[in-house]
Amino acid sequence: MLADVLRAGVVFFVAVVLQAAIVSAVEPAGGTADLVLVTLTAAALLRGAVFGALAGFYAGFLLDAASLETLGLSSLLLTIAGYWIGRYGETTGRDRAHAPVLAIGVVTVLYALGGLAMHYLVGDPVSARSGLVDALPVEILLNLVLTIPVYALCRRVFARPGSRAAIEVEFGTQ
Amino acid sequence: MRLAALGSTVQRAATPAYSSSRSANALRRRVVAGVLVALSLVLITGYFRESESGTLHDTQGAVATVLHPFQVGAERIARPFQDAYGWLASFMHAKSENEKLKERLERVQRQASQNITAARENVELRQALRYKSGRSFPRDYDGIAAAVTYHRLNEFQEKIVVAAGRADGVRVNDPVVDSAGHLVGNVSKTSPRSAQVTLLTDGEFSVSAYDVQSETYGLLSHGQGAGESLILDLVSKDKLVQKNDLIFTAGQRSGQLPSLYPKNIEVGIVNRVGRSDIDIYQSIQVEPLADFASLSAVLILVPEDR
Repeated sequence: MLADVLRAGVVFFVAVVLQAAIVSAVEPAGGTADLVLVTLTAAALLRGAVFGALAGFYAGFLLDAASLETLGLSSLLLTIAGYWIGRYGETTGRDRAHAPVLAIGVVTVLYALGGLAMHYLVGDPVSARSGLVDALPVEILLNLVLTIPVYALCRRVFARPGSRAAIEVEFGTQ
Repeated sequence: MRLAALGSTVQRAATPAYSSSRSANALRRRVVAGVLVALSLVLITGYFRESESGTLHDTQGAVATVLHPFQVGAERIARPFQDAYGWLASFMHAKSENEKLKERLERVQRQASQNITAARENVELRQALRYKSGRSFPRDYDGIAAAVTYHRLNEFQEKIVVAAGRADGVRVNDPVVDSAGHLVGNVSKTSPRSAQVTLLTDGEFSVSAYDVQSETYGLLSHGQGAGESLILDLVSKDKLVQKNDLIFTAGQRSGQLPSLYPKNIEVGIVNRVGRSDIDIYQSIQVEPLADFASLSAVLILVPEDR
């Protein structure tokens, strides 16, 4: 349990640092990838809703601190995203190969819409056009490109020991 | 085989033993999610209600300070790769940019010869009249150089974070320029070791500016359209603004409020001028001179007498 917490702490800290310093600087066609969201999706799919919600809150808190944005804004969105992806992983998406790609596609759109709504609520002057029309298609594409390597990496870090073997035994008995 | 029929009694299947643990898990899951959502809302509310010296702002500053060296380190490691990416991206637009620059160079060369005589005359006249002027750029300002540690916060806002904060003398509303002296934006938030900069291209940003060639004043802000283009607004139709005119900060005072920006910081170049019968003002589109795509370091202008 403690090892899981430490692992998650380090992984999301690194993801936030990389997002801030490197990934956000690469803007092909006006959009950027969201490494933190992709990492959260992978982790939540592998470890479930509670882990997803907790990791989302922590990652959001770090993001808001690094960007000097309103504290709690990203935490709220990423907590909900982590919980929803975790539930999807626990139920419908379990053991489905396309689950990470599908989850990233959907959650990128929902996260952008949620972000827009939250910025409107807190009174930030934001451009829906630049966020949803210009940047979002590129962001979806970049997030999908990141999904496969990030998911593979997260599987090595977050997968429960023996989980794969258990599935194979179950299939073998049927 | 059993069929269910309305009104008939149906014997329920025995409840599996694991159902109570499943419902306990479901409850735990919902409680955790609910507590985290509530905590996020408390953070948002508390952050809004407190002043910049409040506990949450201090906590944010402390976490940002912890993240700061890692961000700077990662940025340094990634810099050669980012430079290569920037070079490749600019290479794609090199041909059209070359034509634009040649056109601009010819214009600037013509102006430069006229300016030398005018500048000499200006110095003599100022001395003769003992003319008192306000702060001027860059003479009365110190530049605090800072690396960009967060390039784009989200898809809805044009803001960056730089590696200099209150401890370095940076304050909210300080003007920010790039290494060539072109206006980039202004400081919108500060923490002890970092500062958030709102870029020229953000919807929140506006600055009083003037066209050097026609001496036309207006308000420069980001328009509704996409991309980085800015709009010089409130310019009446009788003013003769032309394509390729240079736009500088006006540094004007409005009533009791001083301008946030010193006069004569280069902002952009006019790339389209439109007039329509139904509009009171001209539609002037300005292209910023700062290259936001390859911005790796900035200068924060701090008055010398602060």
